[in-house]
Amino acid sequence: MIKTVFEPAIPSRPTYGVLTPGVGSAHLFVADGEGADAVCDLFAQGEGLKASSHIIYIPGANGCDRSAALQALGVPQFHRSPSFAAAQSRLAKVLADAHMGLQVYAAGTEGLMAQVAAAAQHAGLPYEAVQMEHRGSLARRVQCVHCKGVTENVTLDPFVCSHCGLSLFVRDHFSRRLAAFQGVNIDAEDPGLVPASVERFK
Amino acid sequence: MSVGAPKIPVVVAEVVEVNDLIKRFRFVRRDGGAMPVFSGGAHVVVEMDDHGVRRMNPYSLMSHPADTMGYEISVRRDEAGRGGSLYMHRHVKPGMEMVLSQPVNLFPLDARAKKHLMIAGGIGITPFVAQMAQVEAMGGRFELHYSVRSPVLGAYVEHLKAHYGPRVHVYHDEHGEKIDLQTLLKSQPLGTHIYACGPKGMIAWVHATAKAMGWPDRAVHSEEFLAPPVGQAFEVQLAASGKSITVQPNQSLLEAIEAAGVEAPYLCRGGACGQCETNVLRCDGHIEHNDHWLTDEQKATNTKIMPCVSRFRGTALILDR
Ligand code: FES
Repeated sequence: MIKTVFEPAIPSRPTYGVLTPGVGSAHLFVADGEGADAVCDLFAQGEGLKASSHIIYIPGANGCDRSAALQALGVPQFHRSPSFAAAQSRLAKVLADAHMGLQVYAAGTEGLMAQVAAAAQHAGLPYEAVQMEHRGSLARRVQCVHCKGVTENVTLDPFVCSHCGLSLFVRDHFSRRLAAFQGVNIDAEDPGLVPASVERFK
Repeated sequence: MSVGAPKIPVVVAEVVEVNDLIKRFRFVRRDGGAMPVFSGGAHVVVEMDDHGVRRMNPYSLMSHPADTMGYEISVRRDEAGRGGSLYMHRHVKPGMEMVLSQPVNLFPLDARAKKHLMIAGGIGITPFVAQMAQVEAMGGRFELHYSVRSPVLGAYVEHLKAHYGPRVHVYHDEHGEKIDLQTLLKSQPLGTHIYACGPKGMIAWVHATAKAMGWPDRAVHSEEFLAPPVGQAFEVQLAASGKSITVQPNQSLLEAIEAAGVEAPYLCRGGACGQCETNVLRCDGHIEHNDHWLTDEQKATNTKIMPCVSRFRGTALILDR
């Protein structure tokens, strides 16, 4: 199993665990890309949750698509979505109709997990109630603190904001509410003095 | 001395006999000014001068949080207790001057909840009376499930039913009525938070049932003030102040420290808030940890004690106080 090790960082930077079967009346899984493997690993531990599970899956931005493996689990509801945005209304509806006792699991990229946790919180669940396991790409979802635009799948640091065009330094500072890391202008004081981009988030 | 703002000098404005066991007291400021605003679930510590013995008991505020002209508490008479409730019942009369602490809330509503599910047992109803008024004013969703021994002893049942209608559910122990907790918890919408206040057994039952049904810990709140238990007298050395004191059988360690003229921090005086935590420098014997604050591991090491409720048996106890 590929377990991602994150460098120690500031406290706002989320940390993740390993999905384990929770106790509850219903189980909602949301995964992207390689996150499917974490879901399969959990189901390999036992069939207990199967009858009450719902899986929403988004193939990874890197092309990783494990839909077949998830479908083969045979849960009552499996839904494949081309993007998180496309899955959002379904997720909101599932949460709105749910009762306490629902267990929520998120697996895959940080951006996906953060958005699932934010949706769960919006529905009234405590942040800590969402189980998360990181799998796959380290690409980040970053908010430009200047124009507030969000750029998905950021692998370079610094990178150019896809909304306003400023060069942004990617911080470990993370917002649970926005489900995004914060990017700040790197050449504010010396315009044009931008260090070469490094692929920091593979 | 408690942390924070100065105490509130008050006069007793009203004493109402709610039923055989419960009296309600209303306090207003001696200077006629406004009370500090509180939020539902807050308590105050009431100071009593019981014929030379200083008693300080925490009571939940049950008046409307928007009513800044006075505070109301309800006190259940406890014949077997250390005497605070008996003092309130027998000696506190309208016009009497007393002293209250600032309000402190260790049992607040979680504003992120979509719905508040309140579970009360007996006198545990008091914080909910204030909380329901607050939730209603904010347009929030709530439901109260209230167990009382008998109709006669159901303080405020009629008032609450009249005011909140079908949101109030009452169960009478005497008639064998019991909350069907499993069914109740199963049908709650996502985002519901539980609040439990009442006897120890009821609170433990609510926590255990919710956990077994997959409720997150953070969505289950409870409050139980412990009355300092009586016990055997014991000796304590206060290293920082260089004093040796004896804690009497019906005195708490915190009260004994205060009686010796030593300043010690506190807020709830009921083992719940953590404010009185004190380092133990030496312990030859056994600390009776009665609080809800220290973890089991901390309790096992005997390096900390909560003087508001905990006691000691043994040959030597030295505190960093
Ligand atoms: S004063 Fe609150 S725990 Fe002791």
